[in-house]
Amino acid sequence: MSALYNFDLLVAGPLCMLIVLALRRFFNLAERLPRWNQALSWVWVPAVLGFGITAAFRYRSTLLDDAYMLWVYAVVVLTLLLLWNYRPARLALLALAPLLLHRLVRFGLDLGNLRLLAPYASLFKGWGNFANLWLIGLVLVARSQKRLLAKEQQQRQQEEQAHQLIATQNAELERLVAERSATLTQQAASLQQALEELQLTQNQLIQAEKMASLGELTAGIAHEIQNPLNFVNNFAEVSAELLEELAEEQAKPSPDTELELELLGDLTQNLQKITQHGQRAASIVRGMLEHSRASTGERSLTDLNALCDEYLRLAYHGLRAKDKAFNATLHTDLAPVLPLVEAVSQDLGRVLLNLLTNAFYAVRQRQQQGGEPGYAPTVQVRTRRVGDEVEVQVQDNGTGIAEAVRQKIFQPFFTTKPTGEGTGLGLSLAHDIIVQGHGGDLTVASQEGRGTTFTVRLPIYSPE
Amino acid sequence: MMKILVVDDEPDVRTLFEQRFRREIRSGALAFSFAYSGEEALGYLHEHHSEVVLILSDINMPGMSGLELLRRVRTEPAPPPPPRVMMITAYGDETSRTQALALGADDFLTKPVDFAALKEKLLALPSA
Repeated sequence: MSALYNFDLLVAGPLCMLIVLALRRFFNLAERLPRWNQALSWVWVPAVLGFGITAAFRYRSTLLDDAYMLWVYAVVVLTLLLLWNYRPARLALLALAPLLLHRLVRFGLDLGNLRLLAPYASLFKGWGNFANLWLIGLVLVARSQKRLLAKEQQQRQQEEQAHQLIATQNAELERLVAERSATLTQQAASLQQALEELQLTQNQLIQAEKMASLGELTAGIAHEIQNPLNFVNNFAEVSAELLEELAEEQAKPSPDTELELELLGDLTQNLQKITQHGQRAASIVRGMLEHSRASTGERSLTDLNALCDEYLRLAYHGLRAKDKAFNATLHTDLAPVLPLVEAVSQDLGRVLLNLLTNAFYAVRQRQQQGGEPGYAPTVQVRTRRVGDEVEVQVQDNGTGIAEAVRQKIFQPFFTTKPTGEGTGLGLSLAHDIIVQGHGGDLTVASQEGRGTTFTVRLPIYSPE
Repeated sequence: MMKILVVDDEPDVRTLFEQRFRREIRSGALAFSFAYSGEEALGYLHEHHSEVVLILSDINMPGMSGLELLRRVRTEPAPPPPPRVMMITAYGDETSRTQALALGADDFLTKPVDFAALKEKLLALPSA
């Protein structure tokens, strides 16, 4: 019964499936050749079909089993060829080669129903044994090779992970750097803006300082203009009276010639006075306009004596307008012959006004502190020529300046006055005007409780 | 004849007064002296005891102010009769006016001086 069916085919089928399973596991076919892997699941089909068909026809052949096995081997070889790039696969091919060749020859012999002669038969058998050993040995080698490769791959993966980690960190770092530099750029921009705003504010403060000193001047100016205007009016009125008297005299039958001449002389003198006081008022107005106007920076020949005299009066009356009780002795010691100085007169005027205002402030402070019965507030202005320079000194017998304060008085925004009373720019601007604007020198000497002297030195312009 | 001391730091005040009161000066009704500061005025008063009948002083002067001059005139012992003192105040300066009144000023003039009014006041004075 059993001789009628090819049962060995039925045995070969599951056996081949074991081979396929081993192949799948070893080479991880599900991942490497997914479609081929699925196809391999049908390897048992020919064996079962072969069994079924031959059973139906009652055909029995031992060769069928071998043919099926050869076909399976071919499938395995094909699989390995598909995996050519994987080194263990190439090794496996090499491992299978002797066995396959042996099986092929045996099948050929069986097919031709041939038998080898005695010595060759044992040799052929030896070949078969050797091929099995060879297969086992090389499969072991392939296995270790596979492990090695897996290790390498793992290592590569780790390295790649490390690389990726570094790359991520780099990206993070770059992001941080970008973020930081964006912040810095923003900060730089806002600083730049702050700087521009500060510069604008500074300009506004300089203008405010100018206007503040003009405000101090206003009362002085009003007083200074009122006086000459009064004279102009009075001399004009009195001249009209004189003319009336002259007319009366001339209407007389015998006019007094001497009186007529006297009246005419007075009239001439009055007209001169009117002109003189008119000009005085005009020059004060001009001075005020010059002071409030932005500096043209144009230098002209300037009479420092006239400038000192004008601003001394303005500063004094300015302070008196604020404090009626205040009074001070003004001394002028002006050089009779003083060379004209090439200077920006409205700038110098501002310097003088500032020095004089400070002087009056100092003497007023000392007076208000009280406790000095015989104290006479005195402000003195001196001009003189020293070598190639003209010197202007503004001296007061006020409170004096402490050493610590003296070192800072030319710094911008430094002020000892209560908040709101001083901008702290006066002396700083004065210093700039004298030193940078005119190539001169502004120095201070002071004794606490005794008084202060500011000295301005300006080079005399030499036309060359 | 009434002697008047005018105290003002403006030198041209002299010319002005001499012309404004030319007829009175010529007729000898009024005589003017001039001082250009409070200090100078005090010196003049020391030298010319009881000659001066009226002091006409500006308030706003450098050095000794008109008010200080008034205080000194009123406090320093001087032979009688004490001079009348008329103060010239700036327009709207009420503080100075009150102070001057407290110090013993007899009368006030406001700047700019109305010479017609001043003339009337002067001629109305008893010793004129």
